[in-house]
Order: sequence, then C-alpha cells, then structure tokens
Amino acid sequence: MNPWIVANLWLIPALPLLASVAILLLGKGERTLAAADSAGETPAGRTGGTPVLRSHRRTAAALLAISGQIAALVLAITAFVPTLATPGWRAVHNFTWFSFGEHAVRLGFILDPLTAAMLVMITFVGLCIFVFSTGYMADDANYTRFFAYLSFFSAAMLGVVIANSLLLLFVCWELVGLASYLLIGFWIHKPSAAAAAKKAFITTRIGDIGLFLGILWLYGSSGTLLFYDDGNGCLEPAGLALIGASSTFIALLIFCGAVGKSGQFPLHVWLPDAMEGPTPVSALIHAATMVAAGVFLVARVFPIFSLGAIDGVTPALTVVVWVGVITALMAALIAIAQDDIKRILAYSTVSQLGLMMVSLGVGGVAAGIVHLLAHAFFKALLFLGAGSIIHGSHHDQDIRRMGGLRRLMPVTFVTYAIGMMSLSGVPLFFSGAWSKEEVLHNTAHWPASHVPHYLLMLGVVLTALYMTRQMIYVFFGAPRAGGHVHESPRVMTFPLIALAICSIGLSVILTPGWPWLHDYLSGRTAEFQLARIVQPMLFISAALVAAGVLLGVVIYRGAGAADPFAQRQPALFGFLANRMWLDELYHHTVLRWSAWTALFAAWTDRHVWDRIVRGAGSLGELAGTLSMGFDNRAINAGVDESATGTRGAGRLVSGWHSGRVQLYLRAVAVGTMALLLLYVWLA
Amino acid sequence: MITALILLPLLGALLVAVAPQNRARALALGSTLLTALLALTLWGNFDTAATGLQFVERHPWIPAVGAEYLLGVDGLSLLMVLLTSVLFPFALLAQRQSRGFCALMLVMQAALYGTFTAHNFLLWFLFFEMSLLPSFLLIKLWGCGERDRAAMKFFVYTFLGSVGMLLGFLGIYFARGSFDFATLAALGPTGLLPRNQSWLAFGGIFLGLAVKTALFPFHTWLPDAYESAPTGVVMVLSGALSKMGVYGFVRLLLPLFPYELRAIAPLLLALAVCSIVFSALAAWAQTDLKRMVGYLSITHLGYCMLGLFALGQPFQPAVEMQAALSGVFAQMFNHGITAAALFYFVGLLEERRGSRALADFGGLMQRTPLLCGWMSVAMFSFLGLPGLNGFVGEFMIFKGSFMLATAWTSIAVLGLLFTAVVLLRAMQALFSGPVGGSCSALPDLRRSELAVVVPATLLMVAAGVAPQWVFAIFNSTVVHLARVFA
Repeated sequence: MNPWIVANLWLIPALPLLASVAILLLGKGERTLAAADSAGETPAGRTGGTPVLRSHRRTAAALLAISGQIAALVLAITAFVPTLATPGWRAVHNFTWFSFGEHAVRLGFILDPLTAAMLVMITFVGLCIFVFSTGYMADDANYTRFFAYLSFFSAAMLGVVIANSLLLLFVCWELVGLASYLLIGFWIHKPSAAAAAKKAFITTRIGDIGLFLGILWLYGSSGTLLFYDDGNGCLEPAGLALIGASSTFIALLIFCGAVGKSGQFPLHVWLPDAMEGPTPVSALIHAATMVAAGVFLVARVFPIFSLGAIDGVTPALTVVVWVGVITALMAALIAIAQDDIKRILAYSTVSQLGLMMVSLGVGGVAAGIVHLLAHAFFKALLFLGAGSIIHGSHHDQDIRRMGGLRRLMPVTFVTYAIGMMSLSGVPLFFSGAWSKEEVLHNTAHWPASHVPHYLLMLGVVLTALYMTRQMIYVFFGAPRAGGHVHESPRVMTFPLIALAICSIGLSVILTPGWPWLHDYLSGRTAEFQLARIVQPMLFISAALVAAGVLLGVVIYRGAGAADPFAQRQPALFGFLANRMWLDELYHHTVLRWSAWTALFAAWTDRHVWDRIVRGAGSLGELAGTLSMGFDNRAINAGVDESATGTRGAGRLVSGWHSGRVQLYLRAVAVGTMALLLLYVWLA
Repeated sequence: MITALILLPLLGALLVAVAPQNRARALALGSTLLTALLALTLWGNFDTAATGLQFVERHPWIPAVGAEYLLGVDGLSLLMVLLTSVLFPFALLAQRQSRGFCALMLVMQAALYGTFTAHNFLLWFLFFEMSLLPSFLLIKLWGCGERDRAAMKFFVYTFLGSVGMLLGFLGIYFARGSFDFATLAALGPTGLLPRNQSWLAFGGIFLGLAVKTALFPFHTWLPDAYESAPTGVVMVLSGALSKMGVYGFVRLLLPLFPYELRAIAPLLLALAVCSIVFSALAAWAQTDLKRMVGYLSITHLGYCMLGLFALGQPFQPAVEMQAALSGVFAQMFNHGITAAALFYFVGLLEERRGSRALADFGGLMQRTPLLCGWMSVAMFSFLGLPGLNGFVGEFMIFKGSFMLATAWTSIAVLGLLFTAVVLLRAMQALFSGPVGGSCSALPDLRRSELAVVVPATLLMVAAGVAPQWVFAIFNSTVVHLARVFA
C-alpha cells in the first residue's frame, strides 16, 4: 500500500499554482494603477486615496505566494519521509489522461529518492528566494504580478520533478519555459529584457524540438511514455527491450532538450542574456532549478542513455560527456573576462551544469545529482548575494565600479564568501567541494578517455580564479562606487544566512566518510567510515583550488578599474569578453539565413504561386474579353448598326414634325431667302 | 432534429432581415444561442459508443438523379456542429453590424450545419456551395482594403475547385449510380471506377478540397481573403469554413479513394510539409498582423493534412492510425477555437489603433495589461504550448505520423519552431518596449469584450488540461474510419 502522498503528489505543484491564480485575480485593479505609475502619470489625487489598498494587495500577494511555497515545502517533506525507510524505494501513481480510438494516453506521478530530494530542494530554495524577493522587489510597480509568475514557475518546476511520464514531464517542462520567458521579460518596458526573453524561449525551443521528436520516437517504439508501470514502463526491462537499437537516437534527441534547457554548448547563448530578469529570478530559475532540469531529465531517463552499455560507455553517453566538458571549460574561460556580476555567475552556472553533465555521462548519476543539489544552494546564495549587492549599490552591476564592500555590507560579504568557497571547492567545510570531488573521482575512472578528467581539473582552477577575481573586485580594495552603499534589509539577509548555513551544513551528508545523500540517491544504505575521507582526490582538488585562488590573488590584487588580464592579453581578453563571438556567429549565420528563407518564402508566395493563380485567372479573363469582343464586333455590330441608324433617322425626321408654327415659318423664310439669293447670284 | 438545426438559422436570417436595424444583432445572437442549445441537446443525446450515423433523417428528394435528403451525425459531424455553434455567437459579438450582415452570417451558419451533417453528395454539395455565397458577399460588402479583389479571388478560386469536385462526382454517379456516401464508401476498397477515370475523379475532388483547405500551393486566396474580411467573418472563415475542406478529405477522399491516396502519398505528404514549413516562414516575413495569423492558419491546417496523408503510408499499425486521426479531429476543433480567438484579438487591436501593422504598436503591456494577458494565452495556444488546447491535437498528429511517415514528420516539426518564432516576435513588437506614441491612449478590455475572451480562454484551457471530453465525441468514429481505411 502506497502512502497517501503518492496519489496526491499533484498537490505539491497545485498549491503554488493556486496561489499564482489567486494573486492574478487579486491584482487586477491594482495593476492598471501600477501601469500608470510606471509611466509616471499617476494623478496626484488618485495616489492619495489608494496607497493603503495597494499595500494591502501587495502584502496579500506576497503572503499568498509564500504560504503556497511553505505548504509545498511541508508536503515535499511529507513525501520525503517514506523514501527514507527503504533504500531505493519507488512508488508510482498512474492514470489515464485521455483516450484516443481504442488506446489511451496515460500520465503518472512518481515518488523516488530523486524526486523527493529535488522536491525538498526546489521548495526550500524557492522559499528563501520568495522571501528575499519581498525585499528586493519592494519598489517595483508590478510587485503582485512578479509573485504570480514566481509561484507559477514553482508549480511548473515541481511538476517536472514529480512526472512519471515523459509526456507530463514535457508539458511541465514547456510551462517552466513559459514561466522563464515571462520572468526574464518581467521588466517588459526594457527592449533588451523583451529580446532576452524571446531569445531564451526560442533557443530552448530549438532543443525542445529535438526532445519532442525523441518523445515521439520513444512513444512509437515502446508504446508508452510512462517511466515505471509495473514492469511495462519505458524505463523498465520490457520497455527497454522494445526500444532496442534506436536507443542511441532517442537518447540523443532527448539530450537536445537537455542541452537547450541546461544551457549546454552550443545552445548556451540564452542563459547569460537571461540575466536581464530580476535577480531573484536569476537565482531561482537560471541557477538553482530550471537550468538543472536538463540534468534532471538525463538522470531520469538514464536507462535509455545507458542501454546496451559496454563497460558503462555508450555512444549517447560519450556525446553527453564531451558536450559537458566543452561547456564547462568554455564557460569558465568566458567568465574570467566578464564585468557584469550576474553574467559572471551565469557563465559559472553554465560551467557547473557542464560538470554535472560530465558526471552523468561517465555513469555517476548520483554524483551528478548530488552536485546539482549542492550547487542549487550555493548558487542561489551567490545570486541572492549578488542581488543584495546590486540592491545596495543602486542597481549597478559592473564589478569594476564596486570594491571595498566588505565593510559596508558585512552580512552579504560573509555569506557571499561562503558561497564563493563552496563554488570554488575549498575543501572540508563546503558542500561544493565534496560534490565536485565526487564528480572528479568518477571521471577519473571513465574507461573511454582520461582527457575529460584533466580538462575538468583545469576547470576547477579556472573556477577558483574567476571567483577570486570577482571577490577582489567587489569586496576588497578601495570603494570605487559613488553614492551611498548600504547593507540590505533583514528580509533579504535572512535568506542569505539560511542558504549559507545549508551550503556548509550539507557537507555533513556529502563526505566520502558518510556519503548519505549519494547513497540515498543510488538506493544504498550509507555506511559511516571516517577513514574514507582521506583520499588522493581530496589533496588534488585542494591543490587545484589553492592554485586558482593564489593565481587570482596574484593577478588581481590591487587591480584598478582596468583589468590586468586585459592589459596583458588584450586580444585574448577581447575574445573571451565577447563570448568567443558565438552570439555574433549565430546572428550572422543561422539567424540571418532563416530570415532570408522567410523573406524568400513570402516572396515566392506572392510572386510565384499567387502569380500562377492570377495568371490562370487572367487567361480566363482574356478568353472572356476576346469572346466579348468577337460578340460585340462581329455578331452584334451589324444588328446594332442598323438599329442605331434607323433610330437616328427616326429621331431626325421626328424633329422636323414638331408641330411648332414658328419653326415652319422660319423654315419657309430661310427657304425663300435662299431662293432669292440663288436667283440674285445666278442673275 | 438536425433539420431544425439547419432551419433555425435560416428562419433567424429571415427574421433579422425584416427586423429593425438596431435589433438585428440581438435577434441574430438569440438565434445562434438557440441553435447552440439545440446542438448541445444533440450532444447530450449522442451515443458515443456507437459507430454509425445517429439522428438519421432520410427522405427521397429527386429519386431520378439519386438525390436524397439524408442527414445524420457521427462523431466527426457532431464535433464540427459543436464547433460551429460555439463560433457564431462570438463572431456576431465581434462587431456591430447592420441586419444584412447578420442575416448573411446566419445563412452561412445554416450552410455549415448542412455541410457537416449531409451524407448524400448532392445535398452536401448544395450546402457546401451555399456557404460560399454569403462569405463572398460579406467580404465584398463589409470588408476592408482590397476587398473586391480578395472576394472575387476567393469566390472564383473556390468555385472552380467546386466545379472540379462536381465533375468528379458526376463521373462516379454515372458509373455507380449513387450519390450516397455510405454506399460509395463500401465500394471504395475495390475501386469505384476503372483506374484512369478513377484518377480523373480523384483529381477533380482533390482539387476542390485542396483549395478549400488552402493546401500548398492552392492557398494563395487565403491570406488575401482573411486580410480583407471583417473580424466576425474571418473568425468564422478560419474557425469553421476552413474545416469544411478537412472534413471533406476525411468524409470523401479517405473512404472513396484509398488506392489513389496510397499511390501518391509521398507527393501529398510533401505538399502538407510545404504547407507547414513555407507558410510558417512566410508568416515570419509578414508585417501585417492579420495576414500573419492567416499564414499561421495555413500551417495549422497543414498539420491536419500531414496526419491524414500519413495514413496513406504502407506501414499501418492501428494505434498510430488512430492517433493520427484523433489528432486531426482534435486539431480541427482546437484550431477552430484558437484561430477565431486570435483573429478576435487582432480585430480589437485594429479597432483601437486603426492599423494592423506590427510596427504601429509597442509597449501595450503597460497600457492594456488585460488585453495583452488574454491575447498571450491565445497566442501560446496557437504555438502549441502544452496545457492549452493547441498542444493536444498537434501531439497526437505527430505521434501518429512520426511512426507512419518518419522523415516527413521530422521536417514538419520545424513548423512548431517557426510558429513560435513568429508569435514571439509579434508579442515582442506588440507588448514590450516603450509605449508607442500613438498607443498611449488605447483602452483596455471592456466588460463586453471580456464576455467573449473569458469563455474562449476557458474552453482552451479545458480542452488542453482535460481533453477527454473532446476525444470522447469522436473516438468510436476514429476506430471505424481507421478500420475502413486499413
């Protein structure tokens, strides 16, 4: 007998969704007013009467969103509990969505360690970010709309996680994309935000087209899209046997979707632009949760990727590894040359997602998910920290204009430093270090090649380097910012502290001595063996991180507004600062070609197909005209002429018989005169 | 009962034609509401498990030429009847118009009901042509822009197609002596006519239906006609009239010419894929909002054609055939709702701004958030966002056609991408950025407009989240048709 929560898993996304709808309904009157506000045209008389109402609505919106999130968190923990009892426990609840012909499309919910861990992470991190947003967005005119969108996003993301059907997962996946679109373009009056939102939606949609084809192929060959269905699901042995040889293609098509969503090369270009959205959005969607959905997807359908593996290697997994390696290194390199605090973090996210992909590709599914979870906490922390910095420095995002903030924003500084050390992988006390070490450990044992392992080690150095650069620029040195910089209010620092505690505390269950999370995810019972902590990899990664940090300190210590790296290697720096010219490359090739194709299609439509139609029409018209002309000239003409002649003659003659005496007399007079003149002239 | 369904709008039209000018629209609305009630009753009494025709009315008409007054509904007919009933009230609400306009709309409604329920060719053809005349007049008299040219093109083009269809059917009649759909369908598998004549008949009927469906390259009348037609008319044209062609394909071509369809299936699939991809691309290059949606409509009808033509492929597992057919039917219904809603919004924008050029708008989100919000829902439904109705039909079509015609389907999914590009580009141009100078005084949605928008959106959500009620209508018809064709 399943616990009741399995059949009612839908409640977890339903509650935030409900909150979202409620907020939208609630905010109706206020939004028109807010719209007037943003244009600065609010009549003074109107503002006098409404602020109370407005603030009530805003408070209500925030409360609704946060309570929806808290309820989801409580339910997520309720769902988490039963998975603890038995290692590798899994329960599903399937139902029919609709029937077509004699068949049915079925969907379902799943509860297993992967789902449960993701649920808790999303709801908890989400809650922190919701609370942070109440402070960060306090001055925004469209405050209520923001919370409606956030709640909607949360609902969709939770839906992705609980789906036991690739179709349901895809449905929620697209809704997540919609929420991301809405939130990136939240400041819709900014053309750059609207463009970034469109770019994000379309770039991920390119990947989703692949995913869609993969779904169709999987559906066609296995006959079901349910992952687990009492032995008949597509991830269970019977279903996998039906897929057979096409598994490589299906897996790669599904991977396309993951590449788009998780910002992997070559579809990573949207993620840095997505930083146009408000910072809490970047933290929630473009760092902690949505971008991790691609990694989650690959982990979820991993049996398809690893079908027919020889020594843990399949063609599909090899592709995953190399895409991940390229992404991880490329993004880390680009991050070194960025100046926008959020863009640095964005590229860092891309790079870390690449790392997770590599981990999955080499077979370390649990390690990849562990890094995903740990990353969610410290990256959300870093983004919120960045938000706090941006908030404090009056919405300036350029790290070259910051500096010396460690005294002005102490809480932000300490928490940010914890996040930075987690991300860089400073050993022992920070969660990121343990999870990253585990990933490196897995890549070292990949039978196909050792190159990814060494490249990822280089990535670790680069990560420590760009994070050190950022820390030095933002928090050390002399303050370069003009104006008054202040620490953020408590409602914003509290989530930072909570996430920082998690980033450190999580390491308790991540160490090789007691790898509880790792074993929980892979369905084993964790054993406590303190001696395992000491491994060669521990020292190797410690040395790598130390190298990165030292390098950073040496290069950037005492750096002014001009980047030392840019001064020494302007060409290389420019190449990296311009994101390896990839955006420009896409712009000048794919985009331009498709635009031309579109123009060509419209042109042929008007000038070829329509012209043929009109040509046929004109031929008909010509035939009509000719036949009319023949009728008029040849057949009608004679009849017409005689008729006209007769009528004209008649009219003429009848004119003479007008019966008017004066006319007759005048005619007689004229005639007599004429005769007289004739007589005179003849004579 | 079905006769009443056809007569009621005609009576309404008569009444509206003699009513005072200011009462005309209310009367017409009342008439459509009554018919909608009747259609709902039909649905309520419809047995979804049965396969054959229901509510059959059969009377001799002109026995000498095989004409029979034969009406009846199966799942597909009922679905189309319901769609028609839903669309017309909204189409009438879309604008204030004179009584002539309303009367013609009602005549068109009657013709649509007739087309979707008649099962004897002569009767069907009568209704099929009867719908043409009102739409011609409505575009010509109440349209905008180059309405004369567009109306004439629309009329002559579709009329020529109809001539082809009539000739084809006359050929069949002289060989087989019947106009009855069921009788002819039973003869279909063994061949209706000797091979050469059969191709001629097929060609004629195909031409007529292809023009009506706006299948590439017979589609060029559609953007012009849609662009010139007034809002209410274009809602009906895109929502219901364009479905007459698809309906004809399912009702006539599929059962009557299985051999021909299979023989040229690759060619037909190529046409369908061209319909999908080229129209979506052409939509990308449009600057006029209405024309753009028109081109996207061609794309969406192309999906229907893809699903139908995929049935002609040699490899035919029942589940995929049923998936494709179900998808086509669901898409007919969903596209009807969504396209009409989208054209309604375009009409609202045009009425407010006096222009349809994308470049004339900007920053609407700050001025008219409600309008933008609701319009976005329709647009996202149009681009096939899961959770809204557009996705369900497209998914089923692609599910079926992928296994039946893998290569063609893999190209056709590009349509999904391009549609998204086109609509997002439009959204960016309309809603975002700074407020365009002349857009600053545009009013937001009025209460009367919400009366159209809210029910339509609810319908989209209902058909997207829990589509069973739509599929239940036609499931047994799908099984039956798939079996007939296999």
